[in-house]
Amino acid sequence: MATGEGTVRLRPPRNAPARRAVGWWRVRCLLLTAAPVAVLGVLGALITPARPWLLVPAAVLAAVGLSVTALLPLWWFRTHRWEVTDEAVYVRTGVFLREWRIAPMSRIQTVDTVRGPLEQLFGLATVTVTTASAKGAVKIEGLGHETAADLAERLTRITQDTPGDAT
Amino acid sequence: MSTPADREGPPWRRIHPRTVLVTALVTAGVAVGAAVPAVAALSGRFGYAAAVGWALAGAVVLVGCAAAGDYVRWRRTRYRVGGERVELHTGLVLVKRRSLARERIRSVDLTAHPLLRILGLVTVRIGTGDQTGGESTLELDPVDRAEGERLRRELLDRVAARSSGTHREGELAVLDLRWIRYAPVSFLAPMLGGAAAGGVMQVSEWVGAQGEVIDWVADRFRNTSLVWAITVLVAAALAAGVVGALGLWAEGWWNYRLEREPGGTLRVRRGLLTSRSLSVEERRLRGVDLVEPLGVRLAGAARVDAITTGLAKDEETRGADHDTLLPATPRPFADAIAAEVLREPVAPTGAPLTAHPPAARGRRLRRALAAALAPVLVLALLGAWLTPVLLWTALGCAAVAVPVAVALALDAYRSLGHTLSGGYLVTRSGTLRRSTAALQRAGVIGWTLRQSWFQRRAGLIAVTATTAAGAGAYTARDADATEGLLFAAEAVPGLLEPFLERG
Repeated sequence: MATGEGTVRLRPPRNAPARRAVGWWRVRCLLLTAAPVAVLGVLGALITPARPWLLVPAAVLAAVGLSVTALLPLWWFRTHRWEVTDEAVYVRTGVFLREWRIAPMSRIQTVDTVRGPLEQLFGLATVTVTTASAKGAVKIEGLGHETAADLAERLTRITQDTPGDAT
Repeated sequence: MSTPADREGPPWRRIHPRTVLVTALVTAGVAVGAAVPAVAALSGRFGYAAAVGWALAGAVVLVGCAAAGDYVRWRRTRYRVGGERVELHTGLVLVKRRSLARERIRSVDLTAHPLLRILGLVTVRIGTGDQTGGESTLELDPVDRAEGERLRRELLDRVAARSSGTHREGELAVLDLRWIRYAPVSFLAPMLGGAAAGGVMQVSEWVGAQGEVIDWVADRFRNTSLVWAITVLVAAALAAGVVGALGLWAEGWWNYRLEREPGGTLRVRRGLLTSRSLSVEERRLRGVDLVEPLGVRLAGAARVDAITTGLAKDEETRGADHDTLLPATPRPFADAIAAEVLREPVAPTGAPLTAHPPAARGRRLRRALAAALAPVLVLALLGAWLTPVLLWTALGCAAVAVPVAVALALDAYRSLGHTLSGGYLVTRSGTLRRSTAALQRAGVIGWTLRQSWFQRRAGLIAVTATTAAGAGAYTARDADATEGLLFAAEAVPGLLEPFLERG
């Protein structure tokens, strides 16, 4: 990217996800890898004539999956950022396809906090902020339980104080 | 099921009892359709009379059940319009009570298929502004026409919010029969042609005469060359497609009329057999989308769609041109109507646009060439492996596909653009379906900015304005990174600015 005079960039949002999120992302990657590898492996063990055709892809998948598990979550941890000001929610995600999402407080309709079973294990939560647009939801992943609760409470308070029908 | 709250307020009304007749007739039609092949199949085994008897008995049971079911539905469906809410109760075992706050009602559509029209009935759809919820539409199916009109007027009759009344009320546009010339150049014609050819083969297979049809066609072309035969067949299919497209256009747009009603409502009425009526509250209108499919654009025409919150989004109406305000018409006229609809002196869709950097052209060319050459490469590899005939085919494909892909890519690049025009944010993109969306800046309810690794290196960014209306998001693709961010920051003052850094 050109970095001459007069260029304008988006600055990164101020807050990082919880460090524990790396572990959660790793387990998720691992599970995603394990499912197809296990299926291929079991089939390979049972069907003798096709064994090489099943076990070789399983090995390749496992290798790719393990390297992704090792590297990608660290990378995500470095790029995922979030910030809530009095005017807007601002989130940055993505490694190869970077995405910045901004939702103004006055347009927020709902604030959801979700803790999946895996997230529970790591003491994490995901806060999703939706606006009236079908394509405008902003998701903040990998927050600690307390941070998420505080954030949801704060967002709900601010949006209640902001008038307007949000469309 | 009558609670004190039920007894208060305005009286409950029922949908029209002729619904039972409608259901019986529709079911009878289906039964006849099913009976013909059934008789054909059964008469071989049981004899003709017995087969007809069985089919008739089946049809009577079917129609009887459907009519009885609909009678129960009629008995158990009631609705009322109160001062605050519209309520609808339906269901026999599981009673479903739904109510909409009147202030949330954004649109009231009246539709009537031919049978309903003959019987003087209409289906009323009452929609709210929700894009996310699935149950945002109440449907009264059917009520009589006068009652439908009364509901429409009553529910949308509010004090006019805007008073910038320099623009005219009443009729904005009526059908001009010359517009029909844009019907055959749409993508519909070749699709319908293909469907017609497929339909002939399918029906002949049912009758068991597919072989004869093919033989008959082969017979016609016994003494001609293969190329000529293919040309004639394609031309015949296209001609059928053109006739079909003209027919569909006439059915959909007959009696077309766009009006502005007192109280700030835009209303579209159209349709030959099925009459459609669409009402959009103007304060729900967030902009217009000028849509130009390739053929229509080459003919110098464009269509105007409304970008509005709260149009009915159920399965039946999705995808069909239910939010179209104006069919394909000459571009200057479309611009004029767009301006009229938005109450602007000049259409924002006609504003000069900021072009995107040349890197965007490179991206389009690379993508188009990749898409064109991938099948060619596969053919060539297969050809090298199996037979040289495929190599020649690959060469032929490349000779046709590459120029087409390059032309489309260059056109797609020329289409790209964005600007701010008065109170509107304008984005344009697309080549097969070029869309110029003018969105009210006040209607932008968030930003999404996307940048892939390649875009980052080329200094490009995709700037997406999210909105509660229309498609939900409108994007300036592959804009210059700096210029795109400044554009977004200027479009909605104060929202993006705190997150930018300069230098």
